[in-house]
Amino acid sequence: MVGLHKSEMKNPVVRWIDERLPIPSMLNQEYAKFPTPKNFNYFWNFGALAMVNLVIMIVTGIFLAMHYTPHTSYAFDSVERIMRDVNFGWLIRYIHMNGASMFFIVVFIHIFRGLYYGSYKAPRELLWILGVVILLLMMATAFMGYVLPWGQMSFWGATVITNLFSAFPIVGESIVVWLWGGFSVDNPTLNRFFSLHYLLPFLIVGVVFLHVVALHITGSNNPLGIEPKGPQDTIPFHPYYTIKDTFGLCIYLIVFAFLVFFMPNYLGHADNYIPANPLVTPAHIVPEWYFLPFYAILRAVPDKLGGVLLMFGSILVLFVLPWLDTSPVRSMKFRPLARPFFWMFAIICVVLGYAGAMPAEGIWVTVSQVGTAYYFMYFLVILPVLGKIEKPRPLPESISAPVLRGGGPIMAGAAAKPMEKA
Amino acid sequence: MMRILRTTALAAALALGLPIAAHAAGEVPKPPAQNWSFGGLFGTFDRASAQRGFQVYKEVCAACHAMKQISYRNLADIGLSDAEIRAIAADVQVKDGPNDDGDMFERPGRPSDRFRSPFANEKAARAVNNGAYPVDLSLIIKARGGGADYLYALLTGYRDEPPEGVPAMDGMHWNDYFPGHWIAMGRPLNDDQVTFADGTPATTSQMARDLTTFMAWAAEPELEERRAMGVRVILFLIILAGMTYGVKRKIWADLKH
Amino acid sequence: MADAATAPSTGTAPHGSTGPAETRRDFLKLTTAAMAAVGVGAVVWPFIQSMNPSASVLALASTEVDLAPITEGQSITVMWRGKPVFVRHRTADDIKAANDVALNTLPDPQADGARVQKAEWLVMIGVCTHLGCVPLGQRPTDAKGDFGGWFCPCHGSHYDTSGRIRRGPAPRNLDVPEYTFVNDTNIRIG
Repeated sequence: MVGLHKSEMKNPVVRWIDERLPIPSMLNQEYAKFPTPKNFNYFWNFGALAMVNLVIMIVTGIFLAMHYTPHTSYAFDSVERIMRDVNFGWLIRYIHMNGASMFFIVVFIHIFRGLYYGSYKAPRELLWILGVVILLLMMATAFMGYVLPWGQMSFWGATVITNLFSAFPIVGESIVVWLWGGFSVDNPTLNRFFSLHYLLPFLIVGVVFLHVVALHITGSNNPLGIEPKGPQDTIPFHPYYTIKDTFGLCIYLIVFAFLVFFMPNYLGHADNYIPANPLVTPAHIVPEWYFLPFYAILRAVPDKLGGVLLMFGSILVLFVLPWLDTSPVRSMKFRPLARPFFWMFAIICVVLGYAGAMPAEGIWVTVSQVGTAYYFMYFLVILPVLGKIEKPRPLPESISAPVLRGGGPIMAGAAAKPMEKA
Repeated sequence: MMRILRTTALAAALALGLPIAAHAAGEVPKPPAQNWSFGGLFGTFDRASAQRGFQVYKEVCAACHAMKQISYRNLADIGLSDAEIRAIAADVQVKDGPNDDGDMFERPGRPSDRFRSPFANEKAARAVNNGAYPVDLSLIIKARGGGADYLYALLTGYRDEPPEGVPAMDGMHWNDYFPGHWIAMGRPLNDDQVTFADGTPATTSQMARDLTTFMAWAAEPELEERRAMGVRVILFLIILAGMTYGVKRKIWADLKH
Repeated sequence: MADAATAPSTGTAPHGSTGPAETRRDFLKLTTAAMAAVGVGAVVWPFIQSMNPSASVLALASTEVDLAPITEGQSITVMWRGKPVFVRHRTADDIKAANDVALNTLPDPQADGARVQKAEWLVMIGVCTHLGCVPLGQRPTDAKGDFGGWFCPCHGSHYDTSGRIRRGPAPRNLDVPEYTFVNDTNIRIG
């Protein structure tokens, strides 16, 4: 139908715009009135935090790019110039550097929240898949960003990771040369990584938009994993969750600020303050901490191609997770059998990360292998089988009346103290 | 609650636990922790020590080691006056040019010049140093896992003879803390090698301590500003978090059904 | 966690609080919002400031020029802050011409004496005050304009032997940078 949008905006200017381009109405609908389950716990803050983090990364990145020189002869020195001479350059760079770590911390928690509460299950499969796409884009962006300062870890990280592609038979070598734009990691590589590092975040913004659209179609999951039955189960997003997210944001910023101002290099590696030297490999090459579990999976297999496939597989398996988990119950709160396996999985991920940081020898190879085995078992065997054999606890009738039916067992799960019916 | 605590602990482990890993090659002992003026969360650089450290660098290290990220003007940070900086800079000859005839020429340094490098390039440096490359020291504290403690341990960790049973190595020197122990650089600091203007006795450990302080400043000249700003930012955020929590409580108090 | 749950669940109306509680909440809300706004403002500042000249750029903001090799009537151009600076060793005729002008006929009245420290040395930023082109007149073969000084080819501004605008669209005389005579034959610009 043609004609002006029927606006409910009171401010005449906003109303004038809204009638022609109903963005204010849309925002009001999606971010103010949007009915949201009333029983979120603080783990539901992390989506908003990730979004803020993305904005922080883009803004600091744009300002860093104003001073950075993507050339092998100048990259290292230009970063030092940012640290020493550019006004507040050290601040902006340390925010960007630690922001990458914060981004992964936030997103990992966000993912584990999804795993625990079954947020990937129907009808939210596509929402989950878009999330995995964001994770992949983030990893690519972070990897290329780490190359830009052109320190030793930058150079050797780039060399090792791009060499992964040489594992593929026949085309492997050509792919690697194509990635490098030469016969080793060199200036053409640095240039394209800078270009792509600047581009990918905006792709992430695009996919995040789709992620949010998909979220607003299905509505949010919640700690009970049951759909809201009516208005008594939901509250408007604003002010309830806007203020809760703001509080969470403050806490997140405190952690972030502590890293930036008091231990800015703690999560980094000392070797990256040595300028890249193509003739000398550092004694221990380790990726940034957020890649360590995947790095451990890579090294768990003695076969080159096998390791590479497993590493990519460890992410790709997440794409099909919605169809692997056969249990109709979302929240682990009602899955007594699955819960210990989930916690085991979480611990294994940490252990894999630790093993990834250790030299690939002795006990750590075994640890990586056991961890890798469990990682894939969890998705490919445990979750599919559990769904068939597990007897879940009775689900509550609705979000606002979780204690009315089968109340006993839920009381044990103290995360969300059930609200008494007045 | 327990579940949340557990998960938080997990997140913390993810965030903090992992990267402690994987420095340390082989059997080198961990450098003993020293008490530094710039240590802890709120330390600041001991200016007098950093100035003495600069003197040690200038008179000892600078013969082989460059510090090309540092300019003479930066010395104002550790308390040198403009006149002192100009004099220090003017003492060295800096390559400049080309002039109108197209030739490179030497001129006295200016505060805006970088510290003069002892060698034109890495190959020249290796040629004079038995193939070893004296590394640039601008970032040495950040570029070594052990940081300041490691540098101090290295400077004071030389032995004239390797431990018993270890055959000597030609042209190499035994150091307790250098990875692999055999280091190309000979013992750099000896007692009374320099004379400090402020009368501080120039013992090896004193010079090592001062030099390390200077290097720590050179690696992180923003450290003091950063920490001071951090205190203000975090206090602000804590107050803001408290107030936001108050607002949140009030808003959510409406929900009672 | 969920605070709604920990709040005492007495049977009050859903939106019950009124009176003093309401005001207190508004006050808290306002102060919190104000604090947050201050915080955001404080965050913007470093980013704006980062685009200003960095310490290394500022450190190069002065340059020294040796005047000894410049013969009478000759001009040299030196770079200062990324801009050309004209240094002309003026002849007696140049100086006389510069002084013989009635100030009230000038678009931007300024005495020659106010533009030089030593009459034979004219030091100016060689950037036309109209739209930033570099005027001609430094080399002996250049067009020097109708007043024997400089001529801007972009939009036809004529400058005299004191670098003052005489005809054309330029609004001001060529700017004189801050400089000092370190000794008789050396100046430091900036």
